[in-house]
Amino acid sequence: MKLITAIVKPHKLDEIKEALQAFGVQGLTVTEASGYGRQRGHTEVYRGAEYTVDLVPKIRIEVLTDDADADDVIDVIVRAAATGKIGDGKVWSVPVDSVVRVRTRERGADAL
Amino acid sequence: MASAITTLAADAPTLSAANTGFMLICSALVMLMTPGLAFFYGGMVRVKSSLNMLMMSFISLGIVTILWVLYGFSLAFGTDSGSLIGWNSDYVGLSGIGITELWDGYTIPVYVFAVFQLMFAVITPALISGALADRVKFSAWALFTALWVTVVYFPVAHWVWGAGGWLFELGVIDFAGGTAVHINAGAAALGVILVIGKRVGFKKDPMRPHSLPLVMLGAGLLWFGWFGFNAGSWLGNDDGVGAVMFVNTQVATAAAMLAWLAYEKLRHGSFTTLGAASGAVAGLVAITPAGGAVSPLGAIAVGAIAGLLCAMAVGLKYKFGFDDSLDVVGVHLVGGIAGSLLVGFFATGGVQSDVAGLFYGGGLEQLGKQAIGVFAVLAYSLVASALLAFLLDKTMGMRVTEDDEVSGIDQVEHAETAYDFSGAGGGSSSRSTAVPVPAAAASKKVDA
Repeated sequence: MKLITAIVKPHKLDEIKEALQAFGVQGLTVTEASGYGRQRGHTEVYRGAEYTVDLVPKIRIEVLTDDADADDVIDVIVRAAATGKIGDGKVWSVPVDSVVRVRTRERGADAL
Repeated sequence: MASAITTLAADAPTLSAANTGFMLICSALVMLMTPGLAFFYGGMVRVKSSLNMLMMSFISLGIVTILWVLYGFSLAFGTDSGSLIGWNSDYVGLSGIGITELWDGYTIPVYVFAVFQLMFAVITPALISGALADRVKFSAWALFTALWVTVVYFPVAHWVWGAGGWLFELGVIDFAGGTAVHINAGAAALGVILVIGKRVGFKKDPMRPHSLPLVMLGAGLLWFGWFGFNAGSWLGNDDGVGAVMFVNTQVATAAAMLAWLAYEKLRHGSFTTLGAASGAVAGLVAITPAGGAVSPLGAIAVGAIAGLLCAMAVGLKYKFGFDDSLDVVGVHLVGGIAGSLLVGFFATGGVQSDVAGLFYGGGLEQLGKQAIGVFAVLAYSLVASALLAFLLDKTMGMRVTEDDEVSGIDQVEHAETAYDFSGAGGGSSSRSTAVPVPAAAASKKVDA
């Protein structure tokens, strides 16, 4: 199993959610996040004085999948999240040792 | 004003209910400018010092009102002595004035004139406070306000507007206070900050405005109140000059806002909210001395030039390294100078007085007089204000400690914070009881 984490632009959340639903993903977790990548945030100007705001708002999406689906899920997220502009975000996956559904205590793939 | 006095004196003025009502409303409008200014400034500082900024303006309504009634009106508008100061014991405590007694040659009671001019005296020291954000002891500021209006504002108001005042007699045109209010306050701000120095972290730490909506609210209230400030300065509207002033106030402000925004767009890439608010205030400042002397087209020129100049001037503090926190010098001093000098170019000779400026066949004479007015007030206010600040700094100290400045002046000076950021239910981190704290314990807490 894999945990796929995506840090993306907030306004892309709905598109990504719909794309994942269409692909067949059953559930996901969304949190508000802030941070920066290579573009280092943005600049604001107050009476000509420039301020660099490093931490820009982002959305973090987490999805658990089968090993077999992991690459496809990453593709789905990347396609839905892309605008082609700087700051689109990143998606990565990490291996997951075990998963338990709390209600039924099912384990592994059955718990997804 | 001199010509109006002569014409009206011929048929002995009587109390005009219309003018009196108009002037009472104008006085109330000007009063609103001070809390408006408080919001304009208060939004521009960081959260931790926003209450202090509001209070530095608001306290002026208390201190200056009382001093004005006690002796300020007498010093500014009493019988002239040596062209420098006035005095009239009837004005002390406003004690010897009859309720139907008319102000010198006009159709409004002395009381109405006194209260209208009071509002000008209130806002002028409040204007200075924008340069001193985040770092001045409130007690020192309160004392400075009292001393400054006594030593600087009351005399300068006499020079510029008082019968017999030397700038008034010279023929300097300052319709509603470009010289007496804005240059005066701007120069004072420069004088004080040269003495007290910069904020901790100036040019290093980000000092972003904490609430631009408050800034816009304040700018809007200022713009609204300014109609009283300017249109009321003719002390009546029998001949329509007040209406010309109203129109000029509106168009100059609009032009200045657009000019500031255009400059910003070209220079920095965005039309900013702070730029719109600042441009509007720059236009209001510049049209203040000029509004009675120019045509509406002239007012557009005055506003646009001032908007552009002030937008460029606010960067000077970074270049020269003086911490004029909220650009009192950049907006009020530069805007006031621009408006006062532009009278010398754009005065049409047909509205407030028969004096024509350079562009209307008047030659250089009026421009020269305006320049004398500008530099006399600038120099006096700069030097006197710096001396006052120096005196206070050496005795009681002008600044809070560096620790207090960094942690926030609101808590140490006012025992309050502007916003409650705790979560639902009052928050867990700062649990408080509803039991009142005994006075002694409360003051101990503030000192700690």
